[in-house]
Amino acid sequence: MAEGALLSIEHLTTVFDTSKGSVAAVDDISFEIRSGETLGVVGESGSGKSVTALSIMRLVQPPGRIAAGRIMFKDRDLLTLDERAMQRVRGAEIGLIFQEPMTALNPVFRVGDQIAETLLVHGRATRREARANAIELLRAVRITNPESRIDDYPHQLSGGMRQRVLIAMAIACQPALVIADEPTTALDVTIQAEILDLLRDMKAALGLSLLLITHDLGVIAETADRVAVMYAGRIVETGPVREIFRSPAHPYTRGLLASMPGGRPGQRLRAIEGSVPMLGDLPPGCAFNPRCPDRFEPCTTAPPPDYPAGVAHSARCYLHAAR
Amino acid sequence: MPLVEVSHLVKHFTRDAGLFRAGTRVAAVNDVSFSIDEGETFGLVGESGSGKTTTGRCLLRLVEPSSGTVTFRGEDVLGFSNKRMREARRDMQIVFQDPYSSLNPRMRARDIVEEPLIIHKLGARAEREARVAELFGLVGLNPAHLDRYPHQFSGGQRQRIGLARALALNPSFMILDEPVSALDVSVQAQVVNLLMDLQAQLHLTYLFIAHDLRLVEHICSRTAVMFLGKIVEMGPTAALFAAPQHPYTRALLSAIPVADPDAPRQRVVLDPTSVNRDAGLREISAGHWAAV
Repeated sequence: MAEGALLSIEHLTTVFDTSKGSVAAVDDISFEIRSGETLGVVGESGSGKSVTALSIMRLVQPPGRIAAGRIMFKDRDLLTLDERAMQRVRGAEIGLIFQEPMTALNPVFRVGDQIAETLLVHGRATRREARANAIELLRAVRITNPESRIDDYPHQLSGGMRQRVLIAMAIACQPALVIADEPTTALDVTIQAEILDLLRDMKAALGLSLLLITHDLGVIAETADRVAVMYAGRIVETGPVREIFRSPAHPYTRGLLASMPGGRPGQRLRAIEGSVPMLGDLPPGCAFNPRCPDRFEPCTTAPPPDYPAGVAHSARCYLHAAR
Repeated sequence: MPLVEVSHLVKHFTRDAGLFRAGTRVAAVNDVSFSIDEGETFGLVGESGSGKTTTGRCLLRLVEPSSGTVTFRGEDVLGFSNKRMREARRDMQIVFQDPYSSLNPRMRARDIVEEPLIIHKLGARAEREARVAELFGLVGLNPAHLDRYPHQFSGGQRQRIGLARALALNPSFMILDEPVSALDVSVQAQVVNLLMDLQAQLHLTYLFIAHDLRLVEHICSRTAVMFLGKIVEMGPTAALFAAPQHPYTRALLSAIPVADPDAPRQRVVLDPTSVNRDAGLREISAGHWAAV
């Protein structure tokens, strides 16, 4: 595990067993998150970004299973922990924020009790302290009138406020790492902006690391320090956020950036042809090759290894093989 | 003469009184007026609950407006009989957001596209089949896939099927309600290009309902911003994006995440007290109106 890394994923493979054999939703990925940094993971449906998050938390449900790899968190391999030890990690050392705050909250319990529960389960507060702490947490995530909101049920809160409650729960035990899986996708754009600001401020105030998973390159540009781009279960490019946006190395990343609306209004957009492949039906070689404008002979033979593409910047693409 | 003219459109939704609560009436659309010229793409933007989707549905009377008028080619749509409305819908079509739930999973793609022709009793069987094949080509679907079912298509292809169906009756006006927001990012641009191509080729007029402001800026000639059931600002898209006048428009535009890590971020937070809810629209510059 590299110096300064809080979390280090090594050759993680998570498969889903189907009647037609097992399919790798996450295929031999490696990355790390350093203390205090935000790593943005960007990908489309089926890219494996959410399965990566679930794998780290060991929440992959059958028929899915982690087939190989190591998940080093603070010098421990999470994959070797027993379930009890893992429960102590979840919520206490690694916080998790899901996309849909309505389903992540229990509709029949008051939000204050749900926050308090997190503290009680991990022995971070007595029952008496927990309520006061929950109010402070709601205040920290900028919910006005926390003293009365604490007794609300989830349905009494707006989508943005529910997401704030989830953030409060995720940071309640002062975890070292928070994983946020599409935390703003279900929200309106003005609320999204508030939540992203809040996440940034929380991260700075608490000195935590953030793994932010999204499909939105705009959200990545505004939030991440480093970026991992996923496609069909693999990380195809990693690099500092500026490098990714200024000099993207993988044709998929280039295509994504080029296809965004911009330029002269009314002009045709530069679309990526084709569609995202089904995981059980990946093309041979590089999974992106049928859609790639730069495809050449080696691309269809074997999946490309990771090649350096700049400072702390690499891409799984044969275009960079000569460097 | 504009193709579509909406004036003082109002839609109330009522919630009946319950055991412990009084009945309430909510104006989802509250005195909305705009017009759409032939051949243009008119953008209607706003956040959830702003009334943009309800407005679109009122135009086709998929939701019956409470009051106001809607004219199409100068004719009063809200005064149409059911029979006349059915005819009018040949000319006015809607494409929905979710290509997963808006297509009948038990029908083959060819039947989905052919159905409007059968409902409107257009053409003999052979003619309809030819038309379906033609529509498949028009939206860029492979004619070899005519007999497939919706689940055998990707999201982008399903949205193409939805478009082919909407185009079957040769409409001149289409309401596009978040047509690409359920699609993968890498596929959105393909469908946007297709929409622009179809518009040029078939001289279509679009009402484009969306929350993605980057996309609206790119494809709409004029844009109206809805907030709490009202249009608070409307104008040529370039003018509106360059110099937003209403506090809500300013907050909305400043909230768009920019795909550039070095872009300066100047978030404008909406101060509710800065919104004069009673202000009517007034013309700021040519064709640019704001409720300030």
